[in-house]
Amino acid sequence: MNSSSTLINALFIFVLAGFIGFEVIRRVSPLLHTPLMSLTNALDAIAVVGAIVLVGEHKSHLSTVFGFIAVVAATSNIVGGFVITDRMLKMFKSSRPQNPAAKSAAK
Amino acid sequence: MTPEGGSIQVVIELLYLIASVLFILSLKWMSSPTTARHGIWAGEAGMVLAIGGTLLNHGMDYRLIATALVLGTIIGVPLGRVAMTAVPQRTALSHAFGALCVTLVGSAEFYLRSPNISRFMMAVLSLEVILGGLTVTGSLMAAGKLQEVLPQRPLTYKGQNFVNFLLLLGALAIAITLVLHPESRSLFPFMILIALAFGVLLIIPIGGADMPTVISLLNGYAGLSAAAMGFVLNSKLLIIAGALDGSSGLILSIIMSKAMNRSFTNVLFGAFGQVQISAAAGEEARPVRSATPEEAAAILSAANRVIVVPGYGMAVAQAQHKVRELYDALTKRGVDVRFAIHPVAGRMPGHMNVLLAEADIPYDRLIEMEEINGDFPQTDVALVIGANDVTNPAARSDASSPIYGMPILDVDKAHTVMVIKRSMNPGFAGIDNPLYYLDNTLMLFGDAKAFVGSIVRELGGGHS
Repeated sequence: MNSSSTLINALFIFVLAGFIGFEVIRRVSPLLHTPLMSLTNALDAIAVVGAIVLVGEHKSHLSTVFGFIAVVAATSNIVGGFVITDRMLKMFKSSRPQNPAAKSAAK
Repeated sequence: MTPEGGSIQVVIELLYLIASVLFILSLKWMSSPTTARHGIWAGEAGMVLAIGGTLLNHGMDYRLIATALVLGTIIGVPLGRVAMTAVPQRTALSHAFGALCVTLVGSAEFYLRSPNISRFMMAVLSLEVILGGLTVTGSLMAAGKLQEVLPQRPLTYKGQNFVNFLLLLGALAIAITLVLHPESRSLFPFMILIALAFGVLLIIPIGGADMPTVISLLNGYAGLSAAAMGFVLNSKLLIIAGALDGSSGLILSIIMSKAMNRSFTNVLFGAFGQVQISAAAGEEARPVRSATPEEAAAILSAANRVIVVPGYGMAVAQAQHKVRELYDALTKRGVDVRFAIHPVAGRMPGHMNVLLAEADIPYDRLIEMEEINGDFPQTDVALVIGANDVTNPAARSDASSPIYGMPILDVDKAHTVMVIKRSMNPGFAGIDNPLYYLDNTLMLFGDAKAFVGSIVRELGGGHS
């Protein structure tokens, strides 16, 4: 594949994903802005896949060391981000009576 | 590529595609608290598929990868278990980690590929490491200020913007040189160093009140740098995740800057922390009316409608659980209690909601500013706990006020306003608040937690 068509493909994806992001995130309740930020942080740590390849391919010492630190940093974001987002969302309760049966059925 | 290797690549790409869809669903489900937890499961499933898919690549050093993954998990778990009051600094720290990953991968890619690197690729790679580098140090600075290991006061000096501008220009000059001459590898570390220094200088003039905007902005930068990394690695998954994170950060920054009446460009170029300190100390002491916990309890229990306005002071005093007891005691007496949440109350977007939810206050009692502002005139008591600038009526009426034009909660329109405050010292921005001198305002002097506790005792509820 020539490099300019790769670039155009990548730009298409970026712009369209940006639009989806705007439309989806605009609808997030301000109530949940803090968990939203910790969740996007965890998702953003998908950069770990690039770092994993660096470590796995072992092309140079520098790239392996940098990749290793990068995997550690990103993994801690993934784990920490999901854990804290889950903890926060568990705390949000409605005052409307909700019987336990209906709650477990909803799961 | 062997045919077998080709089909594995297809499988990996398909896994990435499913992961991208799951990420988008994950954010979509965050729109309401009732579906939000599905969002986490979608996100986690996407993450597992993406990482699993990556491990399918041939000839990887699995032992080293596993070590890094385990080490990251060991660091990540405690970071996920911090106290809710520490969430702002944890968030800033995780922006730093995310950006660190992106910057390191970008640097490694540069040294692997240079000088065989196309101009476009070099430009994107420069963008990646400059944005990433400044986000690393900027976020660390923000986390340090929030954790109070660094001085929280904004530090300003003459020509600050000029110095920052020069630094940015220097980084761009190196980037352009590298685009034209990708073989000048010795220049690359300087570009990173300048980006790191720029991040520090960007946050030095930031005070606490600007933190919600700054954290959102750093979130946006982290996302954009990850998207740039996606371009460099030609990874569609990364471009999508970066674009989602970037747009989330930018949307939150726009919401925050609107809530502080700053233009978005003003925020984007780091010209925050510019609120000049007005001469508050020299003014004559105007009379205020104050009240005791007993009086406050009597007024609250006689009310029909109460709106509580929480601010950062509530978080500092750790008063949210006492506030919950007050909510219970009043609700039991048939008083309608709601909470008015200003978008920039606290130190990050949604900060107050999380603290109140942690204290078990139902989320349908937490009302946004636009929705609740019209209700203040029909409200018997507005109880302000640790909030200052977001209730300052000067923002509506006094064109000379530094916060003039900022949307505020119209607490002064309630029949009675009660303000819990340590002393008459002006708030973070150093701006005097005319609210305190109004005829319908009662000042409740004391620590927020202790004072709310005394009111609860007077009401005969709670357990202290």
